[in-house]
Amino acid sequence: MRITVCIKQVPGTSQVEIDPETGVLKRDGVESKMNPFDLYALETALRLKQRYGGRITVVSMGPPQAQAVIREAFMMGADRGFLLSDRKFGGADVLVTSYTLSQGVRAAGDFDLIICGKQTTDGDTAQVGAELAEFLGIPHIAGVCRIEGADSSSLTVVQDLPLHRLTAKIAMPCLITVEKDIYEPRLPSYKLMCATSDREIGVLTLADLADRDASHYGLNGSPTQVKRIFPPEKSDRQEKWDGPADALAERLFKYLDEHKFLQKLG
Amino acid sequence: MAHIIIHQEKVADPQELVRLCPFGAIEADGGRVEITSGCRMCRNCIKRGNGVFELVEDASPAIDKSRWRGIAVIAEVEEGAVHPVTFELLGKAKELAAKIGHPVYALLIGSGVTPLAGKLAEYGADEIHVYDQEAFRYFRIEPCTAAAEDFIRKVRPSAVLVGGTPAGRSLAPRLAARFRTGLTADCTRLDISENTDLDQIRPAYGGNIMAHINTPRHRPQFATVRYKIFPIPAKTAASAAKIVTVRLPPEKLLSGIEILDAEPKEKLRGIEEAEVIVAAGRGVRKPEDLAMLQELAELLDGRLAGTRALVEAGWLDARCQIGLSGRTVKPKLIITCGVSGAVQFAAGMNGSERIIAINSDPEAPIFNIAHIGIRGDLYRIVPELIAGIKQSRRED
Repeated sequence: MRITVCIKQVPGTSQVEIDPETGVLKRDGVESKMNPFDLYALETALRLKQRYGGRITVVSMGPPQAQAVIREAFMMGADRGFLLSDRKFGGADVLVTSYTLSQGVRAAGDFDLIICGKQTTDGDTAQVGAELAEFLGIPHIAGVCRIEGADSSSLTVVQDLPLHRLTAKIAMPCLITVEKDIYEPRLPSYKLMCATSDREIGVLTLADLADRDASHYGLNGSPTQVKRIFPPEKSDRQEKWDGPADALAERLFKYLDEHKFLQKLG
Repeated sequence: MAHIIIHQEKVADPQELVRLCPFGAIEADGGRVEITSGCRMCRNCIKRGNGVFELVEDASPAIDKSRWRGIAVIAEVEEGAVHPVTFELLGKAKELAAKIGHPVYALLIGSGVTPLAGKLAEYGADEIHVYDQEAFRYFRIEPCTAAAEDFIRKVRPSAVLVGGTPAGRSLAPRLAARFRTGLTADCTRLDISENTDLDQIRPAYGGNIMAHINTPRHRPQFATVRYKIFPIPAKTAASAAKIVTVRLPPEKLLSGIEILDAEPKEKLRGIEEAEVIVAAGRGVRKPEDLAMLQELAELLDGRLAGTRALVEAGWLDARCQIGLSGRTVKPKLIITCGVSGAVQFAAGMNGSERIIAINSDPEAPIFNIAHIGIRGDLYRIVPELIAGIKQSRRED
């Protein structure tokens, strides 16, 4: 089975804050890591490869330093890695990120299955997988929580929905996004680190893609525009209560009573 | 469309400019400053870079926005009933449509769903397009996308609102890609400008920042909104809504997905439905102590919920998780106990009517959003409160 896994490098912390006075973003360190949700996608691919054989390709998009997450994927067992990296890709929104990835996935060779994590911890939209599937013209199922099995032409998966556990057979080539905890991700292996340290990572720039029209990429191609960013508003009607615990408990009791939260069960 | 140009001659202190970028996408090579592909176009450098960075808007063929009219809502059907997020979206759609004098459309896709069209009219839809065929019995992406595409091509709505449910979060991006247009996920506020641009506000970068997003040159404009973000509107007198029934030809209904089994899950009343919630956080020291908070929840006829940390530790069912990666709740009352109030949690509950926070750390961020911030030890306050409530019930 030829599996492509999409991974992303994200900031090590999601605590990007904005100073409400000056409007300046406060950067809290620059260390990065692999999007934690992608570890589950990669682990799913590794399990499928163990069972059915094949090869695992990882594709990422980002600045040159994002090669680090591809190296990490090698250390977990991925076979090939490609990084879409070009200044012209910068400022991409969901649509253009998905489109660029679709171009990169195609440039990386044939595939039977694409696996994406549920979402990223920085963008948090959980929409890139579905858009990518649309650009590739293949069916997708989001939120897969279990893989039942595969045959030469299809995959059987379980999807955890609010009211049902749905078992579905999906024809390959296809795309799935997997839930956190589908499998416990393995740790990077020292042995693989040594074995893959000189493995080449394919860097894909605009010139390497089938569609080389720069207006389809990056900020230029992005339909959405961030008009402004601002800090979340704080609550305006606020009280602070201090004092000994029993007094606080009594005050809270009175408050709940006054506001009719205590009468229901009586 | 726009791009950033760099006026190298204005660069005074390159390192200071490097520090401007929260994403590390500005690099200095000697005196020259470059923007790398890490750029997210947050535009902070344009505002704070003393003129070094300039945003250049490229002239681009504008679309004729007047040819896209109406606010459409894609209805969500669950177990033969309309999911309440649909009513919430219809309420918002009606409000937006009224501002620009557009109609409200609803799109209803499913099997045996025709009788539900009247419900959509009651909540404000002026025109309802119904795609009622067996192929739509279960949500499968290709037939549902085909139906929505058919609807959008015929109706040409300016904006399409979709519930942030599992189905909506698959369908909306699929459609946005098909129409090569913008999609803003998990909006928490929506407004509309006179030129019909949808003003979409959503938390970004983990929720510590709100982003105002527009789709200025593309139509339709797609936005997803989670359940319980907007209020359910009052029912209107079922007006003379127009109902359009459409049948797609078989070739549009093909799918690579076959549903083999749909096993109903045990019914756990979602925390979204609860009017009172007691939320537990890391201030709870061990799993057994949740019994105390569970008791308080029961005394208040409410539900126990908690933070991601407790769910990840296996102390709470994932369905009880509040936050950006869990559920959004909007109860009449929420009492948080030992919850620090990380933004990812707050984003899932700050629409609650009354927020009471108990935390022993006076600096906990939860106090920024709590209406009543009780600075004290939950292990002393909660047992006292429980005893007090029990005492009062005995007296009654």
